[in-house]
Amino acid sequence: MTSLLIIGVVVLLGIALWQLTKIFHLTQTMRKSYAHESEMQIASEKDNNVNGYLLFGFLVFIYALMIYSCTEWGYMVLMSNSASEHGQDVDLLMWITMILIFTVQIITQFLLHYFSFTARGIKGRKAKFYADNDKLELVWTIIPVIVLSGLIGYGLFAWNDIMYYDEDEEVMYVEVYAKQFGWDVRYAGEDNTLGKANVRFIEGINVTGADMSDPNSYDDILASELRLPLGKKVVFKIRSQDVLHSAYFPHFRAQMNAVPGMVTQFPVVPTITTSEMRQLPETVKKVDKINRLRSQRSQELIAKGEEALMPYEFDYVLLCNKICGRSHYNMQMKVIVETQEDFDKWLAEQKTLGERLAEQEEANNPQEVIEEVTENEEMSAENINEEDIEATDETIGTEFRG
Amino acid sequence: MSALEHNLEHGHEHDHHHDQPFITKYIFSTDHKMIAKQFLLVGIIMGIIGVGMSVLFRMQIAWPEESFRVFSWLLGDDFAPGGVMRNDIYLALVTMHGTLMVFFVLTAGLSGTFSNLLIPLQIGARDMASGFMNMLSFWIFALSSIVMLSSLFVESGPASAGWTIYPPLSALEESIPGSGTGMTLWLISMALFIIQSLMGSLNYIVTVLNLRTEGMTMTRMPLTVWALFITAIVGVVSFPVLLSAALLLIMDRSFGTSFFLSDIYLAGEVLHYQGGSPVLFEHLFWFLGHPEVYLVILPAMGISSEVIACNARKPIFGYRAMIVSLLAIAFLSTIVWGHHMFVSGMNPFLGSVFTFTTLLIAIPSAVKAFNYITTLWKGNIQMNPAMLFSIGFVSTFITGGLTGIVLGDSTLDIQVHDTYFIIAHFHLVMGVSAIYGMFAGIYHWFPKMFGRMMNKNLGYIHFWITAICAYGVFFPMHFLGLAGLPRRYYSNSAFPMFDDMVDVNILITIFAIVGALIQIVFLYNFFSSIFYGKRASQNPWKSNTLEWTAPVEHFHGNWYGDLPVVYRWPYDYSKPGFEEDYIPQNVPLREGEKDGGAH
Repeated sequence: MTSLLIIGVVVLLGIALWQLTKIFHLTQTMRKSYAHESEMQIASEKDNNVNGYLLFGFLVFIYALMIYSCTEWGYMVLMSNSASEHGQDVDLLMWITMILIFTVQIITQFLLHYFSFTARGIKGRKAKFYADNDKLELVWTIIPVIVLSGLIGYGLFAWNDIMYYDEDEEVMYVEVYAKQFGWDVRYAGEDNTLGKANVRFIEGINVTGADMSDPNSYDDILASELRLPLGKKVVFKIRSQDVLHSAYFPHFRAQMNAVPGMVTQFPVVPTITTSEMRQLPETVKKVDKINRLRSQRSQELIAKGEEALMPYEFDYVLLCNKICGRSHYNMQMKVIVETQEDFDKWLAEQKTLGERLAEQEEANNPQEVIEEVTENEEMSAENINEEDIEATDETIGTEFRG
Repeated sequence: MSALEHNLEHGHEHDHHHDQPFITKYIFSTDHKMIAKQFLLVGIIMGIIGVGMSVLFRMQIAWPEESFRVFSWLLGDDFAPGGVMRNDIYLALVTMHGTLMVFFVLTAGLSGTFSNLLIPLQIGARDMASGFMNMLSFWIFALSSIVMLSSLFVESGPASAGWTIYPPLSALEESIPGSGTGMTLWLISMALFIIQSLMGSLNYIVTVLNLRTEGMTMTRMPLTVWALFITAIVGVVSFPVLLSAALLLIMDRSFGTSFFLSDIYLAGEVLHYQGGSPVLFEHLFWFLGHPEVYLVILPAMGISSEVIACNARKPIFGYRAMIVSLLAIAFLSTIVWGHHMFVSGMNPFLGSVFTFTTLLIAIPSAVKAFNYITTLWKGNIQMNPAMLFSIGFVSTFITGGLTGIVLGDSTLDIQVHDTYFIIAHFHLVMGVSAIYGMFAGIYHWFPKMFGRMMNKNLGYIHFWITAICAYGVFFPMHFLGLAGLPRRYYSNSAFPMFDDMVDVNILITIFAIVGALIQIVFLYNFFSSIFYGKRASQNPWKSNTLEWTAPVEHFHGNWYGDLPVVYRWPYDYSKPGFEEDYIPQNVPLREGEKDGGAH
């Protein structure tokens, strides 16, 4: 199929070249008398007419393309059913902005192409000598100022709401840790404080480099899935191990770069569980379409003797969105939003970092471990005080320095 | 003798018809007209390579991980084993495509060509202020191009961290192969590029300020010169910052410093870097990077102002407003760079600041667009290919610019940053709009450059098919971006949620292939017309500006005898009371006639 396409393209190319040469030579022959031979290559009245109509036709093409795209691909865009609280603000602002720019586009393209069409050159007609009009300039300066101010204003309020959160707000901290080429997540555990971390402390199962001399690290929980409870504000504390990555959750309308040497953050309140999302009509439509394509593809694969594709079930995704190397396109982490109940149950089943390190130690050195563990448990119970609690102010980049 | 000295001598005969050796005339020429053509030629070659790269990586996107003979043939067995493009080579291609197109085609190829060609001729000067420095600037550009192209042949591959080359990816060889020798060559090439750009810009600024002929006040200069002049100033202000970023990056790469690097664990070990920040690089890069894109569009605006006024046989509407808008855009462009960094991790307060300034810059841009539309209204339009491209320039500038309003709003950028939405935006404004401006300039000033006419029918075919393909490629991309598809992904098959985008991507790729191929019509027209085109008359487009008062044949000094004297602004087209629909600038005012220009 592909090679057929390529052959077709090459053949058409050949024909095009052949015709081009013909045209070039044909238009060299003197058909009319010109004051100077160069005039043959200057637009004639016929050219003005033809191209004037083509310009108007092009306007129709632009409109048709806009209508076609919106009808065919409009269902894809993530501009409704956002899975986060702030997502509603984002979507509303996006709709307003889109409607605004589509309106401007429709009107200005019309004027541009229509004026070009009506003004297509006719011999003997003189253009209108209209050099300036300051009042008009003022009108189309002031109107954009007003409209854009409105947009900016809304945008800035929304931005502040999204990026900052109150000290008093109840939030859950989760570290999202990026590396070439995958993600790790670390929950803050019972003390809701992530232990300080640095790449220097990466060792064995401590893949995100939590500093174990910080008592807050012991109840932290490393997980291979990112599970979030419904309705609770989670502040993602985002780190990188090596190069720039970016944590992009398109369904949550959330994105923030992962910067090595820095901790960035982004707050999200998930508002739709994974199972709820799966049942929304827009999701069903999309999933069905994808599964139809996948089963088609599977048949081709089976015919080639390869394995069929698994059917697609909707899941939230975490995408890497900053070029980070060879497998930038394939950094996978399952994201699940569930009820607080389900989440608590799952979290309770996970082992803390302290426990897993202890297990690791025990595997290496059976006896000494037990006392250490008890000591640390006592320490962490005592040390939950004001100073140690994770900073809740607005500044990003809480230093996790060893 | 420099042009500065030439101009000071009145009534000095200037037919430098002395026979120049080939090398002086064609290779190491100090004549601005020849240098312009040299820039254009290299720009076109880089454009061919850049477009070729885009076809290759679009094929990979449409038919992921499929084997293509053309990959084996062009990329070789290392970069495309078994005809399947390697995943890091995909990144190398998008990196080099961006680099070549933005810098070598749209900056050097556009500014370099038209500043050199038009500034002296349109202001009535014998040549640039320093012909020697001008010649050097081209040859350093040529050297920079050779170094950049040589990086394509390095074993570890060319630079692959995106044209934005953020560290640590661009600093650490172990993070991606292209960050080895390929990246080093990229940096050397860009250092040379920046140097030549600064040399050229200084020349243009000095020439415009000092070498205008008698009567050519600043407010009688054509908008083309204004645009190129302001472009040069913005270049001088912003390019040095990229140079400093490049130097600091070289130091991090080769001398163990930590300007941009800190706390990195790679290939199983903690690296020694401590204290630096990639965000610093982003600031330094985008401090140039944003003005850079205006450096790309401003000359296209200047060109289009000229081509539209001349072909519509009408003054450009709002000459003074156009100048003020150019100045406003230039100034504002230096304080919006952070809109590329909304989700970089920088303080959110900065996000608010940059949203504010970015939406401000929409205003002078809108004013210009409205002024272009008003210029067309009630004109008498000569639909030459140059004119079509200029109308296309306005059309796509509006389309692309409007999506800038989405991106400039930090709240919305959260959702579409680094997705196909941004790719659609910047290609419409740079890859389509600015390129149309460049084509318009080439078609319009071809007679001036080569003394011959390009074939107009081939021009029509070129325009119409390109116009359809351009929209066909970039309009659908907006939807992919809004659906969450990230950019710089080697393959979209790793996430099933992108499976329903395959057809769209194939459609885009097909338009891209056709669009790329149709440029062959232009290339054929361009090169064959240089030798076989109809000989041009002195002023084929009946334009008012001074370059058309110079004879068709090229010689040092541009005009026989004295320089032209200017009496009026350049936009006396269809002036009431005159039989002809144009009055060149060097035609004296009639008794009682007022200069129609800036009053």
